[in-house]
Amino acid sequence: MSRIFAVIKKEFIQMKRDRMTLALIFMIPLIQLLLFGYAIQTDVKHISTVVFDQSLSPESRELLNAFSASGYFDINEVALSYDAVTQSIDSGQARAGIIFPPDFARQLQRGESAPVQVIVDASDNMVANQAIAIANSIGLIKSQQLLFQKMNLDAPPYDIRVRPWYNPDGITAYYMVPAILGIIVTMTMVIITAVAIVRERERGTLEQLIVTPLRPYELMLGKIIPYIALGYIQITVALLVGALFFQVPIRGSLLELYLLTLFFITASLGLGLMISNMAKNQMQAFQMSFFVMLPSILLSGFMFPREAMPRIIYYISDIIPLTYYLDIIRGIVLKGIGFQYLVGQVAALLVFSLLFLGISTLKFKKKIA
Amino acid sequence: MILCTQLTKSFGPIPAVREVNLQVEKQSITGLLGPDGAGKTTLLRMICGLITPDSGAVQLMGLPPEKIERQDLGYMPQRFSLYGDLNVMENIDFFASLYGLHKSLIRERAEEILERTGLAGFEQRLGEQLSGGMKQKLALSCALITRPQILVLDEPTYGVDPQSRQEFWQILYDLNREGMTILLSTPYMDEAELCHQVAFINEGRLEVVAPPAEIKLSFPFRILELRVPLRDPHFFDSLPGILDASFYGYKYRLVVEEVEHSRHRLEELLASQGLEPGSIMEVAPSMEELFVFLAEAKGLAGGEV
Repeated sequence: MSRIFAVIKKEFIQMKRDRMTLALIFMIPLIQLLLFGYAIQTDVKHISTVVFDQSLSPESRELLNAFSASGYFDINEVALSYDAVTQSIDSGQARAGIIFPPDFARQLQRGESAPVQVIVDASDNMVANQAIAIANSIGLIKSQQLLFQKMNLDAPPYDIRVRPWYNPDGITAYYMVPAILGIIVTMTMVIITAVAIVRERERGTLEQLIVTPLRPYELMLGKIIPYIALGYIQITVALLVGALFFQVPIRGSLLELYLLTLFFITASLGLGLMISNMAKNQMQAFQMSFFVMLPSILLSGFMFPREAMPRIIYYISDIIPLTYYLDIIRGIVLKGIGFQYLVGQVAALLVFSLLFLGISTLKFKKKIA
Repeated sequence: MILCTQLTKSFGPIPAVREVNLQVEKQSITGLLGPDGAGKTTLLRMICGLITPDSGAVQLMGLPPEKIERQDLGYMPQRFSLYGDLNVMENIDFFASLYGLHKSLIRERAEEILERTGLAGFEQRLGEQLSGGMKQKLALSCALITRPQILVLDEPTYGVDPQSRQEFWQILYDLNREGMTILLSTPYMDEAELCHQVAFINEGRLEVVAPPAEIKLSFPFRILELRVPLRDPHFFDSLPGILDASFYGYKYRLVVEEVEHSRHRLEELLASQGLEPGSIMEVAPSMEELFVFLAEAKGLAGGEV
């Protein structure tokens, strides 16, 4: 026990002297969250739109108004030919184009179906999907209105009322901030511990440590305990940024969030230590960290919904600690649920922690060669 | 105190240490000498249990290195292996607490050791800000904090200025007088004469283990020293009976088979060149000359080199 304390004390002294790293621990969550929290908007609004209206009728104007009133289409440009529309979209000035045929109004008046062409720049999937969906629903709604008028109906026969729970306004930040928090914590923790053992090896200090009675597990615990404190500092900074800048509410219990976060921090630190025990030098440790981090970010459900992944990828995402932590933090922060719904996730993180730390301890030999 | 039997270790296809038998008596100072890459560090690391030998065994006080009380063994690696971002006292504190020493005991011993190593007054200085000699003294201080019975040092005076080297050796002598068994490696031949027993290692093999005086006696040749204003290291190469010549400023040291004839030939050669022969004196062989001879003799005998 006293040996673990000796290592912890040493780590804290070294941390205190390493001002740069300490500053990064504070700055990373602050800057990253501000950057990504504002930048990442999955809700695509204000798509720059070009219009080529050959009908120039009250009917076409009404439909155009519906488009611009949706907030998704900003009509910035009026084209006078089909070529002008093409040019505008090719050059990237506009990402959508709306084209009314000359006989648009006449066809409507005759009760025929009046085609409107909506061109979408699908080189960006996210923009295209939203633009297509919105354009389709505008068309549906406007058609319905016309039909009701004709049939003298007040309301549609089906009335589907969707209630988006937990984030009724669909605010991206609510969804993103907790996830980014998870990524920041796991990234810093993994990288910081990934170099922890390998650095001692590189600097030769491990050689002196090996002749002491220090046991492998004591070294491992002594190494990670100080970083748990750093992990909590990061979480606190991140939650404050979320609350102050993005008004992310914390619906569940803050205490519960902090308690359950411990398992995630430990799993991340364990993963880092395991890397550190395998790497031959700090460069390798960094590379291995990135090798592990990239799938964490892409497959954990942070970027893309896990439900959309092919089976095999879905199973891979099962062995990523961040996957479980996203459930925990989104669950507590957004849904306000408690431990009783998160037992499985906590158990998974606990298994990861024990596995990583166990492997690290076994892998660490009190030998030079 | 230390007993190595048939100790062997290879790194891949490269043999580092081959069938080394070495015995270090209690309260002796044993010097492990040899050129770079001779296997000194590997041998010391095996003795301390840092490397598992391929075959052979090490016994420290009758036990394998893993089994002894860790405090009985003080080890100072070749590279500075303390924390540059911890100060002198924090380094000592850290290592002492790993051995489970009590705070008050650490204070007490640290004070005494720092006094002895001349680091008193530098307690707050960071490891990385110490001079080379002071770094070595700090490493020694950390190795001494448990009052070990055996002290193993890997090239402790390498790259250290002559003044600090002398101080370092003074400390080692004091420790030895108080009962400590010391095993150290050094690339400096002159340090061999300071040891009770010298083990010369070359290409992983122990060539000679003997007290320095005995090694000197085993030298079959003689050394002549002369001062002439020449600067040609190969000037004497052609002269028969001269095995080797080394050149130090105006001073030449010649390894000869026999003194009188050689002296005579030298005087003739110098006179023929119109040079003043000055005094040609016989001197005792230096350790360096002894080991060059030993290394070459073994090499020739073994048909290697």
